[in-house]
Amino acid sequence: MTNKHTLSVLVENKPGVLARVSGLFSRRSFNIDSLAVGETENPDVSRITIVVNADSSPLEQVTKQLNKLVNVLKIVELDPSQSVQRELLLVKVRADRAQRGQVLETVELFRARVIDVAPDTLTIEATGNPDKLDALLRDLEPYGIKEMVQSGLVAIGRGSRSITTGPALRAA
Amino acid sequence: MTRPTPESLAHRATPATVAAAVNTAPATVAPVATTGAGALVRSLEALGVEVAFGIPGGAILPAYDPLFDSKVRHILVRHEQGAGHAATGYAQATGKVGVCIATSGPGATNLVTPIADAYMDSVPIVAITGQVGRPYIGTDAFQEADIQGITLPITKHNFLVQNAEELPRILAEAFHLALTGRPGPVLVDIPKDVLQSQTMFQWPPTLDLPGYRPTLHPHGKQIREAARLIAAAKRPVLYVGGGVHKAGATDGLRKLAELTGIPVVTTLMGIGAFPDSHPQHLGMPGMHGTVPAVYALQKSDLLVTLGARFDDRVTGKLDSFAPDAKVVHADIDPAEIGKNRHADVPIVGDARHVIDELIAAVSSSAGGTEQYAAWWATLNDIRERYPLGYDEPTDGTLAPQYVIERIGEIVGPDAIYCAGVGQHQMWASQFIKYEKPGTWLNSGGAGTMGYAVPAAMGAKVAQPGTTVWAIDGDGCFQMTNQELATCALEGIPIKVAVINNGNLGMVRQWQTLFYDGRYSNTELGTHKHRIPDFVKLAEALGCIGLRCESKDDVDKVIKQAMEINDAPVVIDFTVGKDAMVWPMVPAGTSNDEIMFARDVRPTFDEDDL
Repeated sequence: MTNKHTLSVLVENKPGVLARVSGLFSRRSFNIDSLAVGETENPDVSRITIVVNADSSPLEQVTKQLNKLVNVLKIVELDPSQSVQRELLLVKVRADRAQRGQVLETVELFRARVIDVAPDTLTIEATGNPDKLDALLRDLEPYGIKEMVQSGLVAIGRGSRSITTGPALRAA
Repeated sequence: MTRPTPESLAHRATPATVAAAVNTAPATVAPVATTGAGALVRSLEALGVEVAFGIPGGAILPAYDPLFDSKVRHILVRHEQGAGHAATGYAQATGKVGVCIATSGPGATNLVTPIADAYMDSVPIVAITGQVGRPYIGTDAFQEADIQGITLPITKHNFLVQNAEELPRILAEAFHLALTGRPGPVLVDIPKDVLQSQTMFQWPPTLDLPGYRPTLHPHGKQIREAARLIAAAKRPVLYVGGGVHKAGATDGLRKLAELTGIPVVTTLMGIGAFPDSHPQHLGMPGMHGTVPAVYALQKSDLLVTLGARFDDRVTGKLDSFAPDAKVVHADIDPAEIGKNRHADVPIVGDARHVIDELIAAVSSSAGGTEQYAAWWATLNDIRERYPLGYDEPTDGTLAPQYVIERIGEIVGPDAIYCAGVGQHQMWASQFIKYEKPGTWLNSGGAGTMGYAVPAAMGAKVAQPGTTVWAIDGDGCFQMTNQELATCALEGIPIKVAVINNGNLGMVRQWQTLFYDGRYSNTELGTHKHRIPDFVKLAEALGCIGLRCESKDDVDKVIKQAMEINDAPVVIDFTVGKDAMVWPMVPAGTSNDEIMFARDVRPTFDEDDL
């Protein structure tokens, strides 16, 4: 049973804010599974997506502590069923002439893309939720994975509502 | 001898004792050309700062030039730690923001301990530090330290100023953050070239804190629910912490207590929030709390928790703390609620508003003391059987508890008492009777040895008309006594009682109880070798040094110290080393294991339950 929670944290886009947020997690003994940060539609506001593994009571505590950070504007937990969650994966797979066809078939199957070709490797780009990317990796593993890099998870709620509006945020 | 006299110090502006709890003075300044340093000093003036404690150095030097002409009184301390604790003492004695200033690198890192101390005890201080010039940041420049990074976990917030234009706004934000909501330390780090650059100063600035919205007013539904639990409770306790002081809610607390007839316990940080002499006061709970206070919490069926945070020193082993109690937990910091103990009724709000609304809510149903007659009968029995006390030493030495008790009785409840950390701190919390808020200052959460002398200095600067005593230990005193030179030169006549038992007493007590009396590295030599000689040390630092070694002299020496008002006084009370702090709940054990004295467990009849 997993206790993963996806938190969307809106913060002021100022130097050092990421250090405040990530430092708080380690200081209060919480593990971050994944973290992604970037600007939002409002250049004064950044959005940090954090996946954290915690029971509900410690999660409440870390959320309250995050809320105390002066640069934190708003925290929303995104329910996986009510949101779209994506990661980006870049993976370099061993694929000589004999294997290339089979690898390309897997790429096709997962709607991934080949972004670089070398005589004995293919470099593949894929996006998806963590389960899909895990499945892709499982299928590619037998060919030999030479190198891989993965982004943190980003997530956005389904429907027309936006978490960046509302009284918690000043008008930009 | 050239000790400064009040006359020779008359050129200095003495700070007026302002009763107002906020520093913000309404002032409007039209744009005027100045430097970053000028903007800093003008901002401090506009914020109503009367006093700053600090030491100049390379990076902060530009700020000291306009400070030279400012109405802000700068007190030149001897170590930055002294500046930080003085700012804390100042803040605790006034409710206003305390200010300390240091240069970059080691100057700033020397502030780390007092900043951490203020963070743990929620004290509003603003620390201003110089930083190397912007082009040098990140190059391991001379006296460079990433003080913003270093203080991230121990400040409520901190700033690295990027340009001079933002200085007034950042300082106003720093003061606002320090003082409002749950108070705490804020650090403002200013690069040297920012201080030197040209800017336009203008006041007031507009605060830009979109993510900062402390909740002051409690939710009506929660208040009604709390009132309902109070009406239904048979064994309630008002568990009162430092938040009640900070909210200025002590009058309301008394009203609430008297209206309901509920017994009161005050934590180490809550001492003075409710008069010690009040019949409903059971004393302090916790590791060295009174038996009745600890017992009341353990047997309670409802804890009405006001501005307290279920600290491990209060709860003992958490899962056996107050096992039958429902919990109403009111705190201004939502993160404290449910952190250590589940709250049945969480109330987020300022203690003053919470208490006022509770008073209104319980007024209709309050039964007065009658309602809890059985509870009070039990508590009064426990109180009678297990009063605070101590045994006279059998080896003829002076009892430290006696010394502290006599200071409290002779000096009285109008004075401010500042303690260090250790046995003397616990005895000062137990044997001095506090009747008023703001008269007991100590380092509660951080447990910072060395707090007493500089904090007493800050408190005396804040309240020059009030007698201020530092109750210190010989270990603590050796950590920060250099500030006595500051006191002597700046005309800050504090009194220091060094409860000199020749040892790190509290550690020694633990070695006696838990390490078979193996006294590893706790003997300080202040008895055996009289190194240092505290009387000579006091005189070297420009103070009057007195010594007291026998019970017969205690009153005389205290009175002698009380008659000296033109210089700081240090009394070396040479006391026995074997006295221990009782009662005691050994660390990590249940409050039910409280020891009244060595090998003496209180007996609670079944009826008591």
